[in-house]
Amino acid sequence: MRHTISLTVENKFGVLARVAGLFSGRGYNIESLSVAETLDPLLSKMTIVTSGEDKIIEQIIKQLNKLINTIKVTDLTVTDHVEREMVLVKVSASGESRTEVLRLVDIFRGKIVDVSPDTFVIELTGDEGKIQAVLSLLTPLGVKDIVRTGKVAMQRTIQQKKSQKTE
Amino acid sequence: MKMSGAKIFVESLRKEGVDTIFGYPGGVVLYIYDELYRGGVRHILVRHEQGAAHMADGYARATGKVGVALVTSGPGATNTVTGIATAYMDSIPIVVFTGQVSTNLVGNDAFQEADIVGITRSCTKHNFLIKNVRDMARTIKEAFYIARTGRPGPVVVDIPKDVTIDTAEFSYPDAIDLPGYKPTYEGHTGQIKRAIDMILASKKPVIYTGGGIISSGAAKDLLTFTELLNAPITNTLMGLGGVPGDHPLFMGMLGMHGTYAANMAVTHTDMLIAIGARFDDRVTGDINEFAPDANIVHIDIDPTSISKNVEVDIPIVGSAKQVLAEMNRLLKGDKRLKAFHRQLSDWKALIRKWQEAYPLTYKKTGKLKPQFVIEKLYEITRGDAIITTEVGQNQMWTAQFYKFRKPRTFVTSGGLGTMGYGFPAAIGAKIAVPDATVIDVAGDGSIQMNIQELATAVQYKVNVIVAILNNNYLGMVRQWQSLFYGKRYSHTHMSYKPDFVKLAEAYGAKGYTVDREKDVIPTFREALRSKLPVLIDFHVEEEEDVYPIVPAGASLKKMLLA
Repeated sequence: MRHTISLTVENKFGVLARVAGLFSGRGYNIESLSVAETLDPLLSKMTIVTSGEDKIIEQIIKQLNKLINTIKVTDLTVTDHVEREMVLVKVSASGESRTEVLRLVDIFRGKIVDVSPDTFVIELTGDEGKIQAVLSLLTPLGVKDIVRTGKVAMQRTIQQKKSQKTE
Repeated sequence: MKMSGAKIFVESLRKEGVDTIFGYPGGVVLYIYDELYRGGVRHILVRHEQGAAHMADGYARATGKVGVALVTSGPGATNTVTGIATAYMDSIPIVVFTGQVSTNLVGNDAFQEADIVGITRSCTKHNFLIKNVRDMARTIKEAFYIARTGRPGPVVVDIPKDVTIDTAEFSYPDAIDLPGYKPTYEGHTGQIKRAIDMILASKKPVIYTGGGIISSGAAKDLLTFTELLNAPITNTLMGLGGVPGDHPLFMGMLGMHGTYAANMAVTHTDMLIAIGARFDDRVTGDINEFAPDANIVHIDIDPTSISKNVEVDIPIVGSAKQVLAEMNRLLKGDKRLKAFHRQLSDWKALIRKWQEAYPLTYKKTGKLKPQFVIEKLYEITRGDAIITTEVGQNQMWTAQFYKFRKPRTFVTSGGLGTMGYGFPAAIGAKIAVPDATVIDVAGDGSIQMNIQELATAVQYKVNVIVAILNNNYLGMVRQWQSLFYGKRYSHTHMSYKPDFVKLAEAYGAKGYTVDREKDVIPTFREALRSKLPVLIDFHVEEEEDVYPIVPAGASLKKMLLA
């Protein structure tokens, strides 16, 4: 099963390498990883999407906790949380397809951020379902390139389901 | 007061109470060595940096204190990696200081540059690169703290040359501020109570303990616990010495070369009490058939060790010492104990039957047997010595036939299985505990992997004894080839070897050759009187195998017995 893990770490050089090395050294998957400084410049927050059986996920969380630079690990999958990803899509757009692309961008509340005579670059933000939906609609029109940020995620303030945070 | 980084380095070591470091100088650590020239810390000059790391490790295992090594950048640093990985796998507290090229050259492929922080990231508990002299004292304090606390382990501190020249105000910090590092020592009270309930309801319990007993200093608590329960106990390789080897409840080691009784007991137990052990594959064999009918209580200081290999019924995160002390407190006066002892009688009778049916033994053939040498070594030292080993048959025979009575008397590379470990580790142990008798049980293969440290031993008059069980083979690999590869002895025959006696003499040590049983004890006696290091070359039966053996990946009950 896929899990989205939020990781607060000390903002020091080499910490990303420790986290990445832990995954590669122990044969765990990383589907996506995003990292940036938090409000407190001494800390960084990582959002890691990984997958594995429950036992593996439990080990991943424990191993992440074991890193000296790790402050907090939360498995967001078992909590109410919001997830977003941004994607830049370069799509062919000439002739009739130009209006079709514009319509799709409008429906999905995307933005055109670059224009050339036969391409658009679209900026889109959303959860995984939305991104997939847009990409599958754009593909027949001719997607030339995509770049994705990987997920970022945050716990909701009000929890409906019982949260099982691991700290 | 302002001080150079090199001076801060030495002062910080003194603040940590370091009396001895094992090292080898080189270009980028010259300022540190210049500072050491003025004294303050005893420095042992090794002959290869791997030796320094193993000596620091042997020093740590023999005492529980943090062992320290100091080496130069590049090859000096990379030569310590095997030693660091050895300490990491066995949770041994060492701090390895590596020199680094000056900060302005880092990343430039400078002369003798190696990214040792990158290289050792996966075989250290933590590592540091000091970029500014102002961070020197704090980093050293953190390194020692991380190495010795929680589940201990090696820490590398990489120090660029310019940082040793730069100056800063020196004040050694009093407190540690590591927000992400808070080891748990005390077990959860509720879990402990549940564990006791579960244990007292069982009929066929087995206590299975590992290196955590040694590292947390829990041997006394374990003995009390074992005797309170009056339950059979087995040790992992790393756990030997955790309970007296001649104790009537002790079944010997378990696992691949464990005793028949211990392996049968864990296979049939209904209650496995695992303490400071990590269910390593050499212990469990086929994991699906390991203690298949048992409830499992697992006490370990490292949460990642729990439920890593086997599902556990009651996990208790905490130090073996504190959890056992709490369990003993609760068990004393527990009214259920009497009934519990009664319900164990059938189980213990069964174990006794297993012990009598298949004790550890070997066949006498007229030739000198390696097991015989270990038996005599035990007799003559009365179990009162620090024994180190290399890796392979020599290690397993020592584990089987030497009855370790006290913790920190068995020093062996368990997890990584490092050949060439035992001799430098013996030197480190002897330097740490000068009054102890220290003996390295070696093979003719592994002793050649760090033989250069004979020079170190002679220079510092470290009178350790090396007992080589010389069978002309890389014996353990040959044994596998014999049992599992149709006796095709591919590259395991050591057809050329030095004359070990002459080699010892060339280094200024003493050498003996023994090929008859009757010479074993007199030679050991003579060696024990020696003020110099001694190397004894025991010419033993060439194709002797270690039994029992559980084939790799097989169930523990599928032991080959002879």
